[in-house]
Amino acid sequence: MDFDLTDDQRLLQDSIVKLMANRYGNFDLRQAYRKHPEGFDRAVWDEYAQSGLLALPFAEEYGGFGGGGVDTMLVMDQFGKSLAVEPYLASVVLAGAVLRHGAQPAMAAEFIPMIAGGEALFALACTERASRYDLHDVSTTARRDGADYLLEGEKSVVLAGDSADYIIVSARTAGGRRELAGISLFLIDAKAEGVSRRGYATQDGLRAAEISLASVRVPADRLIGTADAGLATLERAVDEGIAAICAEAVGAMEALNALTVDYMKTRKQFGVPISSFQALQFRSVDMLIAAEQAKSMAIFAALMAGEENPAERSRAMSSAKVQVARSARFVGQNATQLHGGIGMTMEYKGGHYFKRLTMLEGLFGDADHHLRRLAQAGSLLDAA
Amino acid sequence: MDLSFSPEEVAFRDEVRSFIRDHLAPETRAKLIEGREIGKQDIVDWQKALHARGWAVPHWPVEYGGQNWSPVQEYIFLDELQMAPAPSALPFNVSMVGPVIATFGSAEQKAKFLPGTANLDIWWCQGFSEPGAGSDLAGLKTTARREGDEYIINGQKTWTTLAQYADWIFVLARTNPAAAKKQEGISFILVDMKTPGVSVRPIQLIDGGHEVNEVWFDEVRVPAENLVGQENKGWDYAKFLLGNERMGIARIGTSKQRLKRIRELAKLERFGDTQLLDQPWFREKLTAVEIELKALEITQLRVVAEARKRGKHGTPDPNSSILKIKGSEIQQATTELMMDVVGPYVMPFGASLDDEDQTNEPPIGPDYAAAAAPTYFNWRKISIYGGSNEIQHSIIAKAILGF
Ligand SMILES: Cc1cc2nc3c(=O)[nH]c(=O)nc-3n(C[C@H](O)[C@H](O)[C@H](O)COP(=O)(O)OP(=O)(O)OC[C@H]3O[C@@H](n4cnc5c(N)ncnc54)[C@H](O)[C@@H]3O)c2cc1C
Repeated sequence: MDFDLTDDQRLLQDSIVKLMANRYGNFDLRQAYRKHPEGFDRAVWDEYAQSGLLALPFAEEYGGFGGGGVDTMLVMDQFGKSLAVEPYLASVVLAGAVLRHGAQPAMAAEFIPMIAGGEALFALACTERASRYDLHDVSTTARRDGADYLLEGEKSVVLAGDSADYIIVSARTAGGRRELAGISLFLIDAKAEGVSRRGYATQDGLRAAEISLASVRVPADRLIGTADAGLATLERAVDEGIAAICAEAVGAMEALNALTVDYMKTRKQFGVPISSFQALQFRSVDMLIAAEQAKSMAIFAALMAGEENPAERSRAMSSAKVQVARSARFVGQNATQLHGGIGMTMEYKGGHYFKRLTMLEGLFGDADHHLRRLAQAGSLLDAA
Repeated sequence: MDLSFSPEEVAFRDEVRSFIRDHLAPETRAKLIEGREIGKQDIVDWQKALHARGWAVPHWPVEYGGQNWSPVQEYIFLDELQMAPAPSALPFNVSMVGPVIATFGSAEQKAKFLPGTANLDIWWCQGFSEPGAGSDLAGLKTTARREGDEYIINGQKTWTTLAQYADWIFVLARTNPAAAKKQEGISFILVDMKTPGVSVRPIQLIDGGHEVNEVWFDEVRVPAENLVGQENKGWDYAKFLLGNERMGIARIGTSKQRLKRIRELAKLERFGDTQLLDQPWFREKLTAVEIELKALEITQLRVVAEARKRGKHGTPDPNSSILKIKGSEIQQATTELMMDVVGPYVMPFGASLDDEDQTNEPPIGPDYAAAAAPTYFNWRKISIYGGSNEIQHSIIAKAILGF
């Protein structure tokens, strides 16, 4: 048992802390980045590329650093603290994981270096109007047409889907809407004919898109892995996404708790700092406990992100997501409460943590979803 | 014991119901149901309709338009409005400044302000809170210095709800900085928003909406006749005012209406091969909130029955703090359930809510999704304003438990 970082991990952490202090040290910067047409500043993204962050999880043969779950956790933790707006989760974590685990060598060799070098942006389109949080609920179809596939359907709330150059789409090549088998993953060019996108801001100030696919012609070599068997890869990628956002949420909770405690020590009412009221001290302590519990589960998720056994991995992710979602809600709501009116304003950073945490609660399945999934999978205490 | 209303009360309820059905603009009602912002005109039109029926200010003294209703009638009336849902009459007018003027104001003030206040020809806003004076309202710093037959006001108010619509503001200002206790040197003054030196600066809330403002006073000259009651007695009037808003505080009707709607939407929402409402876990969550609400409704009725016994102008009932705490928690719980209903569609930021993202495009996802997260964020205010839930706990601790 060891919770220490390796030397390399510590270096990574130091460098990202420095980078983020520079790029996000002032909250106004973040709000300015959001105003760019893509919802983030390319200069920041380029700096991520130059510092190797975009290459972190990929194999060395593709220009990567072979980083694991803990490395991603360190990055996401800082992104959470900074309220970063760049599409790292969409491009590097999610799409990157699909390609790492699913792509045939030629495809991996062609596309992974693009992600790792920051030359192109990728997104993962795996939610639909009726799917809610079920990855296997897929109505979009891919029909064989000569040497190509024709994709038809609608994808919803695709993270960073409006700025992506390439979109990975789950589509049905066989089976009924909710069957586990028959799902395939395709890598499509976002500018291909028949792809239309409606981009929008999300509640937390990031970006997403509704994507509709009208007879989009995709060459067969853009099928990722084998036909009909895409779900396993998709689930694996989303599991890594869950581990990543658990870390991001913990970063946000820790930063929000720190902000709240600082505020309480300076805000005076009735002639004393409000931090002197025991009722508020105890609430803050509960917020700290909530964040610590979440952190433990984010570490668990990071360590299990590379687990090969899908059942074990998914149990770990569900349990982490439940804990993190519940902690996020507790911390977000109470931080707002302890600030009073000021916590409710757009101008103040605290509310933006609350909003990001609320979106992270739901992303890839809310606490109810994962609680149900885990309860069906048997006791967590039986896990190996 | 009996939970049911008397035949007269039932008849009254039906009368209120049919009035709302006949007079409330469908568009206003739709906005409230869907969580869209209601505009100034919605509120003005509705209050005028109420006033025409004699119902805008039922709890005021009869001579100024009151109805002499029993507490039960007042409760039924508010509950019906909230369930409809209809806008409430503007609280700053009907629950706050109106009763203060009616009780403590001069004859001239009554004549000048009360008719327009009841009919919402005058829109009031509440200038109490300041950056440094929230929970500790008596710590306010805005000053009013007497010069001849004028007060000159300097300072800053904040969180002033809908000041952008207001014609007048009622202000608590310090008239005696040397008073022994900070509560003692405060006066209650009426200020025309058009007076030179008054400026309003919007504050955007986290949901993107603009409902509160800063109001600045820079050498604002106000005729001394705009002082309500006696100089330096403003704190008493403020306490009277804050004690006035006890009946509708739990907003039980609002929560009933929202839970009903959530149930309906959960039928529309597809969940796998079923509807969301078929899911036991969702039903149980929904039902748990319904139980809390039922309990609170009966608690509310007990408070109402007590008020009926004590007479209307008894001291504020500390049990109303229970109503505020549980009422806010339940209202907030309904916003969480609403997010559960919309699932992944909680994320898109509705276009109309942010200046930068203003478009006329149709909603993303189901039309009921856009308001889910903004309402969740916005309604955190309910446990902050009107005496925060922590302050309500302190009140109960002192007044009921004797700590
Ligand atoms: C949306 C909105 C609309 C509003 N509209 C108006 C309006 O129209 N007019 C107006 O005058 N005001 C208005 N207010 C102001 C509102 O009344 C104040 O926000 C409220 O009184 C709390 O004050 P504060 O925000 O300064 O928080 P603070 O008083 O600074 O409180 C911060 C935290 O400390 C806690 N706290 C403070 N004192 C104690 C204590 N003694 N013991 C335990 N905990 C304590 C509070 O509960 C809170 O959690 C509005 C506020 C909001 C959010």
